[in-house]
Amino acid sequence: MIHVIAFYLFAIMVVCSGALTILSRNPVHSVLWLILAFFNASGLMILIGAEFIAMLLVIVYVGAVAVLFLFVVMMLDIDFAELRAGFVDYLPFGLLLALVLLAEIVLGIGLWSAGPIELAQRAAPVNPELSNIQAIGGLLYTRYIFLFEAAGIVLLVAMTGAIVLTHRARGGVKGQNVAKQNRRRPQDATRNINQPVGQGVEL
Amino acid sequence: MTAFFQGLGLPFEGAWLLSTVIGILVICLPVMLAVAMIIYADRKIWAAMALRRGPNVVGPFGLLQSFADGLKVFLQETIVPSASNKALFLIAPIITFTVALMAWAVIPFQVGVVLANINVGLLYILAISSLGVYGVVLSGWASNSKYPFYSAIRASAQMISYEVSIGFILITVVLWAGSFNLTQIVESQKAYYGFLNGNGFNPLLFPMAIMFLISAMAETARAPFDLTEAESELVAGYQTEYSSMAFALFWLGEYANVILMCALNAILFWGGYLPPVDWAPLYYVPGILWLFAKILFFFFVFSWVKATVPRYRYDQLMRLGWKIFLPTSLLFVFLVSGFLMLTRYS
Repeated sequence: MIHVIAFYLFAIMVVCSGALTILSRNPVHSVLWLILAFFNASGLMILIGAEFIAMLLVIVYVGAVAVLFLFVVMMLDIDFAELRAGFVDYLPFGLLLALVLLAEIVLGIGLWSAGPIELAQRAAPVNPELSNIQAIGGLLYTRYIFLFEAAGIVLLVAMTGAIVLTHRARGGVKGQNVAKQNRRRPQDATRNINQPVGQGVEL
Repeated sequence: MTAFFQGLGLPFEGAWLLSTVIGILVICLPVMLAVAMIIYADRKIWAAMALRRGPNVVGPFGLLQSFADGLKVFLQETIVPSASNKALFLIAPIITFTVALMAWAVIPFQVGVVLANINVGLLYILAISSLGVYGVVLSGWASNSKYPFYSAIRASAQMISYEVSIGFILITVVLWAGSFNLTQIVESQKAYYGFLNGNGFNPLLFPMAIMFLISAMAETARAPFDLTEAESELVAGYQTEYSSMAFALFWLGEYANVILMCALNAILFWGGYLPPVDWAPLYYVPGILWLFAKILFFFFVFSWVKATVPRYRYDQLMRLGWKIFLPTSLLFVFLVSGFLMLTRYS
């Protein structure tokens, strides 16, 4: 009973906030609806018992990716009229994209219920005693270790590439040498003098 | 407790719902009370360090000062700036406050005394604390004003930076305990060298304990890392446009977060509800008292630092997070996992 209520609550929230993500006019509101959608999707994950994936969804998408989105969108100077201007031009392309996605979902569900994926599940049932993290770790670090490491290398290359592309050496910047600052002592910067009256200070 | 209500004739779901709601209230109300009293303690500690008296008028020794302040802000008018984004402006403090209370669900107060004893407890805390930044960012943006916006940008950069090193520090503890469950993490800290309870007594984890304490200060934007509300530069930071209960919610949420971070320090590194020394008579003291004593000790350290250490410059804050804490914590992940591979899993 509670499961059913929770499922419909999360599902309705995901669908509504997903729709509002593309419908709302203000980009900041869009990102916030997207965050709500992520959050409720993680609730759905918890309902099917995938608590590790749910937590990762919140940590990675809500906690890091969406914050950066918000960060960028907040600083944009948005012209609403211009945003809505190209709607008709982009409509066919958008419809095409939507069709491709729909076909992929249909294919995926079809394969799941009739195809080899379900059979593979039957061949190796999940041990109910094992916690999520142990089960995923056991697969990732044994059977899929090379794929996992390849994914890591791809991410590393992408990160290095982003840094190389955006980094530019600027001349004339006064950097701070922390070691030099820490070595500095009061006697290097100040001195005590017994100042005679009527004479200037020698700097 | 679910079993107790089922015994009274309720169906399982009703009993579960009722016992969970009661559990939430039993945790949240004392946390609120603790926040009120800890604000008083904080002010008293600063006052003592500055050779002042601190709050001493309302109630005996000024004990009721926080309640008087609460009543005052409750009776004030909520001013919403006309240029602000009203819905987000009002939601932001609610997010801060709610998120600060949510993380308490997985904190173990005793063996088995925990609202949700989930397998991914530590990840849950990471997830919830990563939500905390939204309250600050939204309030800064929705206020539609210069200083709150600067503050929001500073806060999001600061929290993301320190979450990275906190993540690695937590990984070392998780590796040592072999579990993400907070109760199991506490239990794994029993009897170092046969008589000490706490990961902090482990030479490989002690540096992590210190770094976690410092990162916790940065994560909750406490002094010396309170760049988000640096008065001399940003008026009051993201709280500038807020008044009345909205302001009070930020205040309460901030202190609830600080207490939570103190509790995490105690649980992850100093044995949580275990007594510091593994000696049988000490186990007669209820574990919850040990936990509270540790939380209060770390809170004292927090306000001690606030009263004595000057504020960091922003570039120094970023340098500390990315160039010092991140490589060091990464190194310790390697050291701890290497040590465990050589000893425990070989």
